[in-house]
Amino acid sequence: MKEIKLLKGNEAVAMAAIRCGCDGYFGYPITPQSEILETLMSQKPWETTGMVVLQAESETAAINMVYGGAATGKRVMTSSSSPGISLMSEGLSYLAGAELPCVVVNVSRGGPGLGTIQPAQSDYFQAVKAGGHGDFHMIVLAPASVQEMYDFTQLAFDLTFKYLNPVMVLADGVIGQMMEKVELSEGKPRVDDESIQRECGSWAATGRVGGRPRNIVTSVELDPDIQEAFNHILAAKYARIEQDEVRYETFECEDADFVLVAYGSSARICRRVMEMAREEGFKVGLFRPITLYPFPGDVIARLAERVKGFLAVEMSMGQLVEDVRLWAGRNVPAEHYGRCGGAIHSPDEVYNALKSKLIDKIK
Amino acid sequence: MKEELIIAGFGGQGVLSMGKILAYSGVMQGFEVSWMPSYGPEMRGGTANVTVIISDGPVSSPIVHQYDTAIILNQQSLNKFEERVKPGGRLIYDPNGIIHPPHRSDIDIYAIDATAEAAREGNLRVFNTMILGGYLKVRPVVTIENAMRGLEKSLPERLHHTLPANEQALKKGMELIRKEN
Repeated sequence: MKEIKLLKGNEAVAMAAIRCGCDGYFGYPITPQSEILETLMSQKPWETTGMVVLQAESETAAINMVYGGAATGKRVMTSSSSPGISLMSEGLSYLAGAELPCVVVNVSRGGPGLGTIQPAQSDYFQAVKAGGHGDFHMIVLAPASVQEMYDFTQLAFDLTFKYLNPVMVLADGVIGQMMEKVELSEGKPRVDDESIQRECGSWAATGRVGGRPRNIVTSVELDPDIQEAFNHILAAKYARIEQDEVRYETFECEDADFVLVAYGSSARICRRVMEMAREEGFKVGLFRPITLYPFPGDVIARLAERVKGFLAVEMSMGQLVEDVRLWAGRNVPAEHYGRCGGAIHSPDEVYNALKSKLIDKIK
Repeated sequence: MKEELIIAGFGGQGVLSMGKILAYSGVMQGFEVSWMPSYGPEMRGGTANVTVIISDGPVSSPIVHQYDTAIILNQQSLNKFEERVKPGGRLIYDPNGIIHPPHRSDIDIYAIDATAEAAREGNLRVFNTMILGGYLKVRPVVTIENAMRGLEKSLPERLHHTLPANEQALKKGMELIRKEN
C-alpha cells in the first residue's frame, strides 16, 4: 500500500532508511538534522525490521561504527551536519580506501567553524572535491524536495552497493526542516545473511563459509606499486560512475537566453525566479544538477554553445559556480549569486541579481 | 489557487502546530503544500514563525518573503511582517499584548480576540485552533471537514480526545473574527 504522509525532510530520511532495509544507523545529534536520529528512535525499527539505531559518543565514533558495519556487508548509514561531517572526513576516506558501501546524509548549515545552525550550501567543495584525504570521490546526490530526501536515501543505498563507494546525500537546513507530502514506498525487508554471503562474500567479513579465501578489509598499503595500481582501479570505477550515473533536471532551457544553475533548496527558489522572469518576457531556464559528483558538466558545455549567460545560485560565497565556469568555458559569462552564513535568498533577491548581473548587461 | 501564508508569534503559542494542521488540511483537500519553520535561536524562547504554502500546483519555492496572509500573534512579529503582506492581502492578529496595532490601508486587517476568549473558557490550549477557525472564515482554503481531518492527522493519538474541543474552538474562531478596516 502506498502511503502519503506530511513529513520533514529529516523524518523522510529516517522513514526511508527503515523501509529500504537499512541494517544500522549510527549518529550523533546536531541541528538541523537531529530529527533523523529522533525519528528513528521513536519508530523503534529494532522491534520491527531488526535495524540497529545507535547514538554514538561522537561523529568520529559514528563513522567508524559505520566502517565496521559496512565491512560485514551490512547496509549502514550515518547523518550529520557540516561540522559533524568534517569530523567524519577521516572515516570517509578510509571507507573509500577500503571500498566499503555506506550512506552519509549531510543536512548542511552555515560555516566555517561551528558557524550557525541555519541552512547553507557551503559544503559543496567538501562533498564534491574533498570528502577526505587521498584520491577518491563520493557520489553526491542533492535532493530538492522532501520526497527526494526519501527517494535519494534509497537510491544512495543502491548506488553505494553497486560501486562499493561512500554515497553522500547533500541536503541543507531548508530541505531537512521543511515539511511536504511524501509518498512512502512499500517496505523492503533487510537482506538476510545468506544473501549477504552470496552478494558480498567476495569482499566482506562475513565469516569464511565454505572455506573461501580470507577477505581482508583495509585501506593500508605500504607498497607504492600496489597502492598505485589500486588508485588506478579506483579511477576506473570513478570513470564508470561519471559515464553512467550523471543525473540532472532542466526546466525551459530549450529556448533560454539565460540559465540559472542551482541544486537543492536553491533550485526550488530558482523555479520561482524562472517563472517571474518568464512572466516579464525574459527567456530564462533552470539547470539543476542532481548528482553533484558526477557533475553534469557536458550539459552546461552544450548549453554554453548558445546561451548568453549562466547564473549559479547557491547559499555560499561561490563554490558550485567554479564548476559551472569550468564547463561553460571562457566565451559565456557564468556569474554567481547567493546569500550565506545561514541567510536564505528570496526569489526577489535572486531575480534582481539575475537582472543586474546578466539580463541588463547583455540583453 | 495559491496561498502563501506566514504564522508568527512567540515560541510556545503553537505557531508551528497551527501551520502543520493547516498544511495537513491542505493535503486532505488534495493540494500541494509546504511548511517551512524558523528553527533558529528564536525557537529557543523568542519569536517563532512558519511559512505555509497551499497550492493546486507544485510549490516551487518554499521560501517567500511576501505573503498573501499574515497571522500575527505578538508585537515583534507584527513589526516585522506587516510590511511583507502583499498589497491586497490580509493580516489577521490577536490584539492581546499588541500596543501598536497594524496601520496599512492597502491590505485587509482582521482582529480575533482568541487569547481572551480561550482564557475566558479556561482552555488556553485551543487558542491556536480558534485563530485557525478565524482564518478559514475569511480565507476558506480548505473545508471545515478537511481542517478537522488535518487536526486529527497532526495531533498525536493521545490527544485525540481533544478533537471535539478543537472543533468547537474552530467554530468559535469563525464567530470571533472581525474586520477592522
